[in-house]
Amino acid sequence: MIKIKDIHKYYKMGKSSLHVLKGINFNVEKGELVAIMGSSGSGKSTLLNILGLLDEATEGEYILNNIPIENLNETKAANYRNNLLGFVFQSFNLINYKNALENVALPLYYQGLRKKKRQQIAIEYLEKVGLKDWATHLPSELSGGQKQRVAIARAIASQPKVLLADEPTGALDTKTSYEVMKLIQDLNEEGNTILVVTHEEDIANMCKRIVRLKDGVITEDKKIKQVLAKVD
Amino acid sequence: MFDKESWQEIFETIKKNKLRTFLSGFTVALGIFIFIILFGMGNGLKNTFQEFFLDDATNVLFIHPGRTTIPYKGFKANRQIEFKNSDLENIKENFKFYIEYITPRIYVGGIVRYGLESNSYQMRAVAPSHQHAEKTIIMKGRYINENDITHKAKVAVIGRLVKQDLFKKENPIGKFIDIRGNLFKVVGVFQDDGGDNEERSIYLPYTTQQLISKGTDNVNMMIVAFRKELGYVGGIALEKAINDYLKEEKNIAPFDNSAVFINNVSSDLKEAQGFAGVLQLIVTFVGMGTLIAGIIGISNIMVFVVKERTKELGIRKAIGATPRSVIKMILQEAIFITTISGIIGLFIGVFVLNNLGLKLEPYFIKNPYISLTTAIFATCILIIFGSIAGYVPAKRAAKIKPVIALRDE
Repeated sequence: MIKIKDIHKYYKMGKSSLHVLKGINFNVEKGELVAIMGSSGSGKSTLLNILGLLDEATEGEYILNNIPIENLNETKAANYRNNLLGFVFQSFNLINYKNALENVALPLYYQGLRKKKRQQIAIEYLEKVGLKDWATHLPSELSGGQKQRVAIARAIASQPKVLLADEPTGALDTKTSYEVMKLIQDLNEEGNTILVVTHEEDIANMCKRIVRLKDGVITEDKKIKQVLAKVD
Repeated sequence: MFDKESWQEIFETIKKNKLRTFLSGFTVALGIFIFIILFGMGNGLKNTFQEFFLDDATNVLFIHPGRTTIPYKGFKANRQIEFKNSDLENIKENFKFYIEYITPRIYVGGIVRYGLESNSYQMRAVAPSHQHAEKTIIMKGRYINENDITHKAKVAVIGRLVKQDLFKKENPIGKFIDIRGNLFKVVGVFQDDGGDNEERSIYLPYTTQQLISKGTDNVNMMIVAFRKELGYVGGIALEKAINDYLKEEKNIAPFDNSAVFINNVSSDLKEAQGFAGVLQLIVTFVGMGTLIAGIIGISNIMVFVVKERTKELGIRKAIGATPRSVIKMILQEAIFITTISGIIGLFIGVFVLNNLGLKLEPYFIKNPYISLTTAIFATCILIIFGSIAGYVPAKRAAKIKPVIALRDE
């Protein structure tokens, strides 16, 4: 599903340049649930942004869903993001004046679906994350856990090939974190490919594989025994 | 480009961001409104101005006597020139093919009484044709006629405000007023567009006045109306001919220009029209200034709106919005809001202007108006520039990378 080879990323800081990713190689197969771990500044978010086409690698090779990603212009990137990728962010990034249903329906708008169809699909995915009754609520009327579940519903509504989650539990307490991880595990069981960036060991252990990053290089890449998220 | 789905999306955005929509709409509506009001008032000022200068007939020469400055034919300098009745007759005779009418004017001042009321008024002793020269409008009764002149009748035509002062609600026609000790019968009441001063004066037959002032045949000035067919150039030519004739007649040196003054209304009018043109220029300038201020206002609001939406646009891009669709969305919204509020401003402005009507006349603004073409043109300009003002920041926003837009503040 994802193949990256020798990815480098430099940030220009005036005259000097900051070398954030120093040659990353790894592959993700379909149906995997991978945790990318590392302390802050290890380059894990940068890696995720490159994988998510939100940012470009300075050098290296990236193949997503058998499509080589090169010479991207913004329009092409937008179309790939729309059709191949789903995003979940630490700060949810819901549009604050749109209610839960409209937020979930938004990627479908950019896929060119009609309004009726969009709403029908959106309500389906809200039900999947257990928030059907909250469809008409604005983000400000939802709890953190509920917001993140709406964001997940939005990310998967367009049926992406890969779901990318950047610290999805970073702003949540332990209980709601586990609820969100349970949802992610369920989605993975349905066959979705998911990458989770985190710095929390317990969250990482709920995935099936852990990739550890330190100072822009992979220090460890191992399959683990998955811990199932317990929700009381 | 303008499909139903994107309109739906925009209406939802507008509906849910009422304050933002109101603010940008208000700026546009206010811009158009102020433009229309200012432009209309400028036009009103122009109206008043033109009326002032169109008060008198435009084919008229006012001939005033002066003093000589050059000794000539045995006469000393500094001699006061006087016009007599015979001058009137001579001019009439010599220029009869060019002249429509000629009338003398003698200024008289003094106290006028009726019953217990009395006041000091400016009076003019004139011939019947003076009515045309001053565009005097008779409200009641009649003007001075030939009969009055021949019989040196003691009749008076009083201004509207004189009637108000002396007679209050009483009908003045047929009543006698005391002018400097002589009783005159009021035969008419007039009004004049020239203002309060004109309407606070009294007309008398010039022959009567000459009789009262011990039988002199002096007149203070002469007013000559030339035939309209002569036009502006003909008027100038006649002015010169009469000037030469009077110099000859009164033994004035050919190069002495202070002995006779001729005031040609048609050349005054030309100057006045030039001034009106400058006024028009100022009005246009003010209008354009207002429009530019409006455009700057919209640009500011648009920059602010796009800035405020940076994060939203980043989210939209992250979930698959192309740069094109982002620009399209902002532009479509900007055009929609500016068009609707532009039209609202247009209607309110025109409505207010129409209702002002004559209310501002005391402030020299008469009948303020704006032509619909100008108003619609201004609205279109504002809409076009409003869109351009939206396009520039929208394009920049569409270029920002989603990561940067999504960065937490």
